[in-house]
Amino acid sequence: MLKSIGKRVVQTIIVLFCVSLMIFVLLRIVPGDAITTMMGEHANADTIARLTKEMKLDQPIYMQFLTYIKDICTGNFGTSYTLNKPVTELLAAAFPNTVKLAVFAAVIAWVIGMVCGIVAAVKKDGILDRLFMGFSLLGVSVPVFMVAMVLQYFIAYKLHWVDISGVKSWTGFILPAVALGWNSAGSIARLTRSTLVEVLQEDYIDTAKAKGLGRGAVIILHGLRNAMLPVITMMALQISSLLSGAVISETIFSINGVGRLAVDAISRRDIPLLQGTVLFTTVIVIIGNLIADCLYTVLDPRIRKGA
Amino acid sequence: MKKREHLENTAEQEALAAQLGESDTFIDKMKRMAADNKLAVFSAFVILIFLLLAIFAPLLTPYSFDEQDLLSRLAAPSSKHLFGTDELGRDVLTRLLYGARVSLAVGIIPTIASMVIGVLLGMISGYVGGIVDSVIMRLADVVLSFPSLLLAMVIMYTLGDGITSIFIALAITSWAGVARVIRSETLTLREAEYVEAARSMGVKDFTIILRHVFPNCIPSLIVLFTLDVPSAILSESALSFLGIGVQLPNSSWGLMVNMGRTYLYNAPWLSLVPSAAIMLVVLAFNFLGDGLRDVLDPHLKNS
Repeated sequence: MLKSIGKRVVQTIIVLFCVSLMIFVLLRIVPGDAITTMMGEHANADTIARLTKEMKLDQPIYMQFLTYIKDICTGNFGTSYTLNKPVTELLAAAFPNTVKLAVFAAVIAWVIGMVCGIVAAVKKDGILDRLFMGFSLLGVSVPVFMVAMVLQYFIAYKLHWVDISGVKSWTGFILPAVALGWNSAGSIARLTRSTLVEVLQEDYIDTAKAKGLGRGAVIILHGLRNAMLPVITMMALQISSLLSGAVISETIFSINGVGRLAVDAISRRDIPLLQGTVLFTTVIVIIGNLIADCLYTVLDPRIRKGA
Repeated sequence: MKKREHLENTAEQEALAAQLGESDTFIDKMKRMAADNKLAVFSAFVILIFLLLAIFAPLLTPYSFDEQDLLSRLAAPSSKHLFGTDELGRDVLTRLLYGARVSLAVGIIPTIASMVIGVLLGMISGYVGGIVDSVIMRLADVVLSFPSLLLAMVIMYTLGDGITSIFIALAITSWAGVARVIRSETLTLREAEYVEAARSMGVKDFTIILRHVFPNCIPSLIVLFTLDVPSAILSESALSFLGIGVQLPNSSWGLMVNMGRTYLYNAPWLSLVPSAAIMLVVLAFNFLGDGLRDVLDPHLKNS
């Protein structure tokens, strides 16, 4: 088991290195040079010279890359030139909001998704099955911004139940979280249903029934427990889509999160800020996936024994 | 059929035939889907209608997509303007039809590109194995480890705004998933008895891939295609919604939603009509994809 976790950690380090390389390359092969793209055609020569020096663009490319890697390892993402603050400081202020939003969305999505999935599987081909699966398909098909705007229009603007935008209290997170978690709820419901339907046809379920176990106990102890692994994997993968999907929810509901910071960085053409936000989010996602994988290895006896 | 003579058991032969998708032809499968799954057929019909509307947009509307009528700005839906007008008095229906061209093209073109890349790399990876496999799969890991919207945003920043940039950004972000599926199919097919037979007969690897591996991947590809198109449409609409995708005066559904957002409270149709169009098309593709998977993917079919 330790060997397979170790292998996974090494793989992750390689992926992390490639990801940083890719971001470095992407943000430096901007047609024209990076500084002109950032400052516009009419920037004055002094500013260009100062920024070139500050971003170390006057050094050879391999030196630039080495400095960049060194900076990343020490948590130094440079200074945002439009907001005039260290990117690390901006990230530290924005990240808690994104985490709150993603966690809120995940809880809503996973609870709703699993309940719908379980009910649909148990009542396979019944009315509830069709109803929930119809809803789940809406879940995966409706764009986040549409859910967000419909919620904003009806719940906040027409009914005044919560604030239209901004997060003055925790209630401000409800609409953005529902909008963000909507898609995830749909896919969790569909996956839970399909794996549970499959598991419930296994021989050991018949054995459990034959032993005289109650219906609930069979579904929870034998069915759900065995159907959960793919669902947990999907949940881990959804952390990535929740963190990156947060971009839209944060923009619509004016939440000061990492996603919104990235969008602002693009519209202001602020390379250090863009590099910092993208790198930070990606690293968090990759490490999240690594933790999920390790947990998976610990939890699943088949993988544990096989390793 | 010679290669199967050793399979004496008829059931076993049938199972193999079913696995290879040889028990009935593609047309038979489509007929079966048409008979069993009305929703998938209806969805195909909806997609066809949207495609026709996009193609014949100029013939279907008396307005042009950038024609402004400042006297009837933000007009509510009426018989003159079925879906109302926007903040510059442009007909929303017209912009929706022209936007369909961009949104559908963005759904289809990058998906085809990502399929080509994914199939090539996936088959090479699965068939050749070894270090080539490791390198390609690590590359796929790198792409998949990025939150796809963020990666697309960075690529758009690098390439600059414009539709071609969106094509490239979406193709780059979505080939890896295809490559993984095709690789795993190739791995299974590589061990299949008829491939081993072909190999022992001295058939070249390239021919084996072309004749035996690729055709058996086609059903999965069709399903992947129908399920990837809607996600490309959603990605484009998200990018355009954030102001990083299609730029004015062009029209795409995501851009229309974004432009209409400012007027959400006094002219909600500006955002909601294009949102509904996105939802309809995405739903239709998903229903069709599900239907196709049921008939084309023997795995699901057998269960």
